[in-house]
Amino acid sequence: MPGVDASNGAPAILDKDGLGQLIAALRTKGYRVVGPRSADGAIVYDDIDDIEDLPAGLGDETEGGRYRLRKRTDDVLFGYTLGAQGWKRFLYPPRQRLFAARRQGAGFQVEAEEGEEAPMAFLGPRACELAAVALQARVFGDKTFPDPGYQARLAAAFVVAVECGAAASTCFCASMGTGPEVTSGHDIRLLEIKGQRFLAEAGSDRGREILTGLSLSAPTAADLKMVAAARKAARAGQGRVLDRDTAAALQSMPDHPRWDDVAARCLSCGNCTMVCPTCFCTTVEDVTDLSGDHAERWRKWDSCFSVEFSYIHGGAVRTEAKSRYRQWITHKLSTWADQFGSSGCVGCGRCITWCPVGIDITAEVAAIAATRKGTQG
Amino acid sequence: MTMTAHSLAEDRDPMLPRLFRVEKVRRDLSDTFTMELLAEDGWEFVFRPGQFNMLYVFGVGEIPISISGDPADRSCLVHTTRAVGQVSQALNALKAGDSIGVRGPFGTAWPVESAYGRDLVFVAGGVGLAPLRPAIYHAMSNRDRYGRVMVLYGARTPEDILYKKEVERWRGRFDMDVLVTVDRATGKWSGNVGVVTNLVMKGGFDPQQATAFICGPEVMMRYGAQAMEKRGVGRDHIWLSMERNMKCGCGLCGHCQWGPHFVCKDGPVFRYDRVADLFSVSEL
Ligand SMILES: Cc1cc2nc3c(=O)[nH]c(=O)nc-3n(C[C@H](O)[C@H](O)[C@H](O)COP(=O)(O)OP(=O)(O)OC[C@H]3O[C@@H](n4cnc5c(N)ncnc54)[C@H](O)[C@@H]3O)c2cc1C
Ligand code: SF4
Ligand code: SF4
Ligand code: FES
Repeated sequence: MPGVDASNGAPAILDKDGLGQLIAALRTKGYRVVGPRSADGAIVYDDIDDIEDLPAGLGDETEGGRYRLRKRTDDVLFGYTLGAQGWKRFLYPPRQRLFAARRQGAGFQVEAEEGEEAPMAFLGPRACELAAVALQARVFGDKTFPDPGYQARLAAAFVVAVECGAAASTCFCASMGTGPEVTSGHDIRLLEIKGQRFLAEAGSDRGREILTGLSLSAPTAADLKMVAAARKAARAGQGRVLDRDTAAALQSMPDHPRWDDVAARCLSCGNCTMVCPTCFCTTVEDVTDLSGDHAERWRKWDSCFSVEFSYIHGGAVRTEAKSRYRQWITHKLSTWADQFGSSGCVGCGRCITWCPVGIDITAEVAAIAATRKGTQG
Repeated sequence: MTMTAHSLAEDRDPMLPRLFRVEKVRRDLSDTFTMELLAEDGWEFVFRPGQFNMLYVFGVGEIPISISGDPADRSCLVHTTRAVGQVSQALNALKAGDSIGVRGPFGTAWPVESAYGRDLVFVAGGVGLAPLRPAIYHAMSNRDRYGRVMVLYGARTPEDILYKKEVERWRGRFDMDVLVTVDRATGKWSGNVGVVTNLVMKGGFDPQQATAFICGPEVMMRYGAQAMEKRGVGRDHIWLSMERNMKCGCGLCGHCQWGPHFVCKDGPVFRYDRVADLFSVSEL
């Protein structure tokens, strides 16, 4: 093995072949490897067989209501900023069967969901995405009523984070304190520098063990310089900032006129909630077969933008678009902290990119902040 | 409390129902019925007054329903439901011997023990008497631990008075005051007519010494709490039970959000001073 011993945790350089070995090693260990690919004009996270599946030379451009893949002038493998959706769909699938039930005499029997799922290895999570995973782990890790499925999938997952070397105009993780540097939640962290080479560091024993088996070399001074420059660029390149003080105070402003303003633009389509990596709401659906003897209960992602979401007998609580947008952003940015101890936004910017009318969470908060400053002198 | 030993075990999926068998169904009113349930695996159901379960009807759906039985009686689980829509009507169609799925108990409880030494005033509207009944039972079994005990109950018409025989028995007790009012008098009704808040204003309890538990439609609770406050009962001695759409009952689905609260786990029973501001926000 050339050069370097990763077992002491020292940063090492992993080249393209080494990355290939990493994917192969994870697969040999029985992991289902999930990483970025390009599909239908977007970067999506999906099953990866080998390094050829990665979106070499592709970058993304995002703006309010706009997403575009573009060819880069180089061949970096992780040259985009974020996949269209985060990793939530793997840890908390959009549709999950809760149980099946079968009629038996006057009664019925319930069969719990069983069966083994292969552990997953995530190749590519960014800092903000791991922050989102950590936020959801709190939601689903309640002491009294945890979600055992989420807990089990997360505990089994192997995380190869890939730090950002650049940022998008819709990014604001720096202002949320969730990135761009990866500091926790990873088994290995990589940072891509020129020529499909990576700085690799272990973040756990599992990570150290895997890294030790790969071809690594010692980073040169020039490599380390590029790493530092990339980290700096990822921070400096962020196109947006969220005013966290105003954001945290939103729950005290339910009557702010800005809610009417945004309601006039919002389509209540729920796209923002579907792409948000921390949104966790679900509904349930009951299905029966034709015989009526077999029933299933499914849990599906849901959005607080639908009127039925808040339905109670006699009518929905949040009938107006204004109340629903207010609920979404107030929960995300303000009441989340009462419930889980931090903001529910990690600054990934997806809700801005995928909003068909380009509503921008940072701009809405800024508009409210401006009136506060106005009224408070 | 021996709660935890009987609560859902930590390694159990809280979304997975436990099977109960319907032992008995009693028709209380034209649209309201009370079911007695027994766990098919013999599990002993322990709960605190004010808590609720998610009741699952095979293939139809699942809804939150408060427990309406006596917390000291572990021989069966009791629920009183008003049939208003799809799932509650399907519940209404169940007969003795049928199976039903139960998840729970969930949520916060009426603080019956911290009210020891005080006057207890129950204010109920309609089927809101059901979630209060376990606390009323507790008060009766621990009668000497309280000052005065009052039940103020409002129903739409005399025909809509829930647990009518039982309410009459309570009224017959010398150690309990029961006042009933109806929105609309029918038949031979010669009692109070008007909203239940009027009964609050009539009093018969010591506001400085009283703890109020209020359950009913949201507007009724709002006016009820305001009336209590007007009488001089401290906001921190007024408690009410909220309703929101619920798909999980245990903090996972997000449907019951109410300001900073999950109604399913921070409630349904809330202390009024902690939520009074939220009441004034429309469509929260
Ligand atoms: C904590 C709690 C305790 C409750 N206790 C009782 C009780 O003891 N007795 C009783 O009769 N009713 C009680 N309710 C109200 C009861 O849950 C609703 O009447 C019931 O959900 C209606 O469902 P449905 O399918 O029959 O009606 P539909 O009108 O068909 O409702 C469709 C769906 O909307 C939701 N929904 C509708 N109304 C309500 C509601 N009021 N609260 C929450 N979700 C609703 C449910 O998911 C329901 O399946 C309680 C509600 C809550 C939140
Ligand atoms: S609210 Fe928007 S920016 Fe924040 S985490 Fe969700 S999608 Fe990302
Ligand atoms: S904010 Fe945008 S994405 Fe979200 S519901 Fe409104 S229109 Fe849809
Ligand atoms: S009912 Fe699901 S979170 Fe409260």
